[in-house]
Amino acid sequence: MALLEIKGLHATVADREILKGVDLSVDAGEVHAIMGPNGSGKSTLAQVLAGRELYQVTAGEVTYDGKDLLALSPEDRARQGIFLAFQYPVEIPGVSNMYFLKAALNTIRKNRGQPELDAMDFLNRIREKMTAMNMDETLLNRPVNAGFSGGEKKRNEIFQMAVLEPRLAILDETDSGLDIDALKLVAAGVNAMRSADRAIVVVTHYQRLLNEIVPDTVHVLADGRIVKSGGKELAIELEQGGYAALGIYEESEAVGKA
Amino acid sequence: MTAAAEQIGNWLELFTRQERADPWLEKLREDAFARFTELGFPATRDEDWRFTNLAPIARAKFAGQAADAPDQIEIARLSEADRAQLGKYAPQTAFVALNTAFLKGVAFAKIGRGALVEQPVAITQSAPPAQAGGLPHAHPRTLILVAPGAQCTIIETYQGEGQYLTNAVTEIAAGEGAVVDHYKVQMESADAFHIATMQVSLGRSANFSTHNISLGGALTRNDIGVRLAEGAEATVNGLYLVNGTQHVDNHTEIDHAEPHGTSHELYKGILDGRASAVFNGRIIVRKDAQKTDSKQTNKNLVLSDDAVIDTKPELQILADDVRCTHGATIGQLDAESLFYLQSRGIGRVEARSLLTQAFAQDIIDRIKVPELREQLERALAGKFHERTNR
Repeated sequence: MALLEIKGLHATVADREILKGVDLSVDAGEVHAIMGPNGSGKSTLAQVLAGRELYQVTAGEVTYDGKDLLALSPEDRARQGIFLAFQYPVEIPGVSNMYFLKAALNTIRKNRGQPELDAMDFLNRIREKMTAMNMDETLLNRPVNAGFSGGEKKRNEIFQMAVLEPRLAILDETDSGLDIDALKLVAAGVNAMRSADRAIVVVTHYQRLLNEIVPDTVHVLADGRIVKSGGKELAIELEQGGYAALGIYEESEAVGKA
Repeated sequence: MTAAAEQIGNWLELFTRQERADPWLEKLREDAFARFTELGFPATRDEDWRFTNLAPIARAKFAGQAADAPDQIEIARLSEADRAQLGKYAPQTAFVALNTAFLKGVAFAKIGRGALVEQPVAITQSAPPAQAGGLPHAHPRTLILVAPGAQCTIIETYQGEGQYLTNAVTEIAAGEGAVVDHYKVQMESADAFHIATMQVSLGRSANFSTHNISLGGALTRNDIGVRLAEGAEATVNGLYLVNGTQHVDNHTEIDHAEPHGTSHELYKGILDGRASAVFNGRIIVRKDAQKTDSKQTNKNLVLSDDAVIDTKPELQILADDVRCTHGATIGQLDAESLFYLQSRGIGRVEARSLLTQAFAQDIIDRIKVPELREQLERALAGKFHERTNR
C-alpha cells in the first residue's frame, strides 16, 4: 500500500474552493514533484496535508500509512512522521531554536517509543547536521527564525527535517529565495534524506530545484487538480514550453481568458 | 450615616486604636488621616479611577493593628533630616494619606555618595496575620535615598495568603548621576487587595529603571511616578498576568521636568478568563524640557473572549522640540506560530503556553539580577502550566 494516498480531495479557504479533486499516490522510497503555476493549489495541498485549520476539507480522503490522516491533529501528524518544510517559515521571538527543536524531537521520539534526549545528547546528535547545512551553532540560542535571512530560514527548515527524520517530507517552495549555492546546499540536504522507507514530496514552481533533487515522478497541478503526471522529463518539458504548452494558464491570465 | 462615612468610620476606629507614637509622628499621622477623610476613597467618576472599582475595598471591614513588616525599622530611628524626606515625593492621594496615617516602620536604605552596592536591597512584605472581626491590613512604607554617583538595586516583593489589604508607598530619590535598578514583584494571594504608589525623583543625569511584575491579587492598582531632571534617563517596564476575575490597573506618570531627558516604557500584559486590566501611561513634557526623547509601548495578549483591557496613552507635551512616540496593541496568539509549532509535533496546549511564555519572556530578559530572573521564570512557568492544566 502506498504511504500516502489522496483521493478526490477538495478543500476551501474562506468559502473559496482551491482543491477540486486531487488524486495522488506516493510510495515510500519515492520522490514526487508537484509543479504548477501560481494559484494552482500547490501550497494549499501542502498545508492541508500538514493539518492547517485555515483550510476546510469538503470532500475526499487522505490515507497515510493506512490511517485516516484528516482525522489527526497537526501535532499527531508530525508525531507519526509527517514534516512540512514551510514556504514562509514563521518567526517566533522568545522561543529559542534549541528549546523548540529539542521539544519537537523529544515529543516525536516519545511517540516512537524512544527515550527522550537530554541537552547534551541532543547537541551531539544535531551538531553534524548543522554543519552539513552550513549553520552556525549560535543559531541554536537565537529565537526561532527571528532575524534569519531568507536563506537561513530555508536551511533551518531542512535542518529541522534532518533532525526529526520524517517518513513523509513535504517541501513547499523550498527553492524560493535561494541563490544557486544555497539551493545546492539545500538539495544536498534533501538528497541525503532519500531512503527506501521515506517519501519526499517537492512542491515547486520552477524546474531548477528538480535538477538537483531528481524526482521519480512529476505531477502538474492546475486549478486544484492534477492534470498530468509523468517521469522527470515532464519537468524539463515544462521548463522549455512553459505551462501554456500544456494549455495551463497562470490564474490571473486564466481569468482574463474566461 | 452615608456609605462613605461608614467606610471612614471603620478606618477612624482603627486609626484611633493604634499605639501612640512620638509627638512628631502623631502629628504626621493625624494630618494624613485628616487628608484621607477629606479625600475619601476614589470613585469611578474620578478620571484616574474610571476602570477600577474600589467598592470591594471601600466596603470591606478591616480590623487589627496595621501589620509590621520584617524589613522595616522603627521610624523613630530615622534622623531628622531623613524623616523630612518621608512623604516629600509621594503624591497626596487618599491611599498615600492612609498609608501615612498608619506609619510605624519604614524600609529604609541610604546609599552614600559614589557607593556601589552590589547586593540588591531586598524588601519583602508578607501578608498581615489574620484578624478577628475584619480583614487584616498593612501599609508598607519604603524610603530609598541614593546619593549622587551611587549605584544600587532594589527588589520589592509582596506575597501572602488569604484576604487582606496591602497599601504600599515607596519613595525613591536618586541624586545626580546615580544609577538605580528597581524591581517589584507582586505575588499576593488570589484574594488580596494590593494598592501601591511609587514616586521616584531623579537628579541630573541619573539613570533609573523599574520592572513592575504583577502576578497575584484580586484587585491591584499601581501608581508609578517618575520625575526626571536634566539629562536623566528612565526605563519604566511592567508585566501583568491576570486570570479568573483578577483586575490589575497600572497608572504610570513620567514627568520630563527638565531638558534632555530620556524615557522608555514597555508594559506587557497577558489576560485570560474573565480578568481585566488597565494601562494608563501619562507622559508629561514640561515647557522647558526640550530635547526630551520618550517612547511608550503597551502590548496585550488576550487569551480568552471574556477578558477586558483598557489601554490609554496620555501625552501632555508643552515643549516643542521633543520626540515622543507611543503605541498600544491588543492581540491573540498568532495562529501561524501555533501551527508552526504543532507541525513539529508540539501539542496545541503546550504550543499555546510556549507562545504565551515567549510573550512574557521579553520583559523577563530585561531583568539584570540573574536570581530574580530565574525565580520569575519558574513562577511564570508554574502559572502557564496551571493554565494549560485547567
